[in-house]
Amino acid sequence: MSIAHHKESRLVPRLLIGLAVALTLLMVVAPLAFIFWSAFSRGWNVYVSNILHPVTLHAIWLTTLVALIVVPLNVAFGVAAAWAVARFKFPGRGLVLTAIEIPFSVSPIIAGICYLLLYGRQGLLGPWLMEHEMQVLFALPGIVLVTMFVTSPFVAREVLPLMQAQGSEQEQAAVTLGANGWQIFRRVTLPNIRWALLYGAVLCTARAVGEFGGVSVVSGNIRGQTNTLPLHVELLFNDLNAVGAFAAASTLTVIALVALVVKSVLESRRHQA
Amino acid sequence: MKRSIFRVAALVAGLTAAAPALAQDSLLNVSYDVARELFEDLNPKFIAQWKADKGRDLTIDQSHGGSSRQARAILEGLAADVVTFNQETDIDALVEGGLVDQNWREAFPNGASPYYSLPAFLVRKGNPKGIQDWGDLAKEGVQPVFPNPKTSGNARYTYLAAYAWGLNEFGGDHAKTQEFVKNLLSNVPVFDTGGRAATQTFAEREIGDVLVTFEAETGGIAAEYADKGFERVTPSISLFSAFPVAVVAEYAKKKGSEEVATAYLNWLYSPEAQKALAEHYYRVTDKDVAADYADKLPEVKLVTVDEIFGGWAKVRAEHLADGGILDQVFVNR
Repeated sequence: MSIAHHKESRLVPRLLIGLAVALTLLMVVAPLAFIFWSAFSRGWNVYVSNILHPVTLHAIWLTTLVALIVVPLNVAFGVAAAWAVARFKFPGRGLVLTAIEIPFSVSPIIAGICYLLLYGRQGLLGPWLMEHEMQVLFALPGIVLVTMFVTSPFVAREVLPLMQAQGSEQEQAAVTLGANGWQIFRRVTLPNIRWALLYGAVLCTARAVGEFGGVSVVSGNIRGQTNTLPLHVELLFNDLNAVGAFAAASTLTVIALVALVVKSVLESRRHQA
Repeated sequence: MKRSIFRVAALVAGLTAAAPALAQDSLLNVSYDVARELFEDLNPKFIAQWKADKGRDLTIDQSHGGSSRQARAILEGLAADVVTFNQETDIDALVEGGLVDQNWREAFPNGASPYYSLPAFLVRKGNPKGIQDWGDLAKEGVQPVFPNPKTSGNARYTYLAAYAWGLNEFGGDHAKTQEFVKNLLSNVPVFDTGGRAATQTFAEREIGDVLVTFEAETGGIAAEYADKGFERVTPSISLFSAFPVAVVAEYAKKKGSEEVATAYLNWLYSPEAQKALAEHYYRVTDKDVAADYADKLPEVKLVTVDEIFGGWAKVRAEHLADGGILDQVFVNR
């Protein structure tokens, strides 16, 4: 009886682990492998020529540029917002907390349409912008704005709980020792939130690089100008260039995998810290 | 957040200031989603022509997407010089927005459609079910594949083409025609939402005996899946599907690109452009070029929405509206 029971208790975890592994293989590893398998299905040369196509290269560059603009801005915004909410009590604090999370609950395509209605030619600010020949939509600024909106919560959401948990004793101690605001931030606050901040920045980067729905509304899809990498993948795929689409997708996948590795390294560092 | 908006504003100012420094002609052609390779082929030819004629450099930018979405973007400020669409209604939307001249159909020959296409068939290797015409699609045991006519413009043409064939076959008897269309629709094993998904259902999931889509796409699909040996079949009757073009006058005027925009669209009617179009399986208006490609694009009796159905407005009211004829023959779903 006891032996049977012992066997059963080992069987169940094994079954569950096996199931988890099988599901992961089926739903994550297989599709990822398929991307690379398809990308290389016509050989290395076709793959390279697809990646080196000027329009694909531009899409890669544009996506990188958007991430380079968006991530630092959102790091600054995230730290500022988390600092304000964690350290100060002010009227409307709950409102700010909710506002930070709005992009998580709003579908990106809604965000894109909101920007369209605001900055579009038939929108609120559109006519004024057109008069002054400022192109926001269907150009880099529009893409940056929408990506910034969609990715804005990531840093704040990572940093905020840590700041709240750590409390403000160390910072108060620094004040009594005569440190000024910048010194406190650089010597006390920043080292404490360092890993959470980097973690948030990595998540923000991964999301910014992969953003599709919102950007597709405001991009205008101009090849070689406003076509980001995810949009380019869709275009190639719709146009029956499956190898090109998967080649472009493979660069996105590589970025995602790198982000994943960096993320897990940071995670383990954070737990040690 | 505020600071970042200022940064972006500074960036905008920088970008707009940099633009006029380029002393050359430029065009933005906003087009439908599956025309990427077509214009990649056409544009360098016109750029060379323009350089030879005017001695000026020209760059042509392409934007591709679903053509209704593209029209929306133009209405909101996407500064297209020309549009090359696959739905006339999307250009009419630009007319309503005051961006395109009301008489755009008269601005270029052939109703401003330099090339056109028609719903046609792609069958499996060796055509095992012997599919030759619309009548074969309604036979028992034949599975046609095309997207849902409720959601896809492409499938709407398929539905209307089948209907037009039925009217011709049954001497204008609407009841018999509707019975035929009903049988045809009930043979479809799966209705995808769009053309690309239906192509995948047919080619990759290997469902169905015949894919119905624009003839212009059958060539590309056969080439993409060359190992499967799909064969193109042209039915006896099909529906003229315009691929209309227009100058977006409002934006072109502002940019001073009217001359090159008009020249570009006129050039699409030239033998050189028409040949390239025929290579991509589009039907062309130039008689000599059409004759050269007759074996690739065999003769077919084409009918128009205007002659058979009395125009798109009537089609929308009688066929596509809720509870219309399409709904009545689509009931078994």
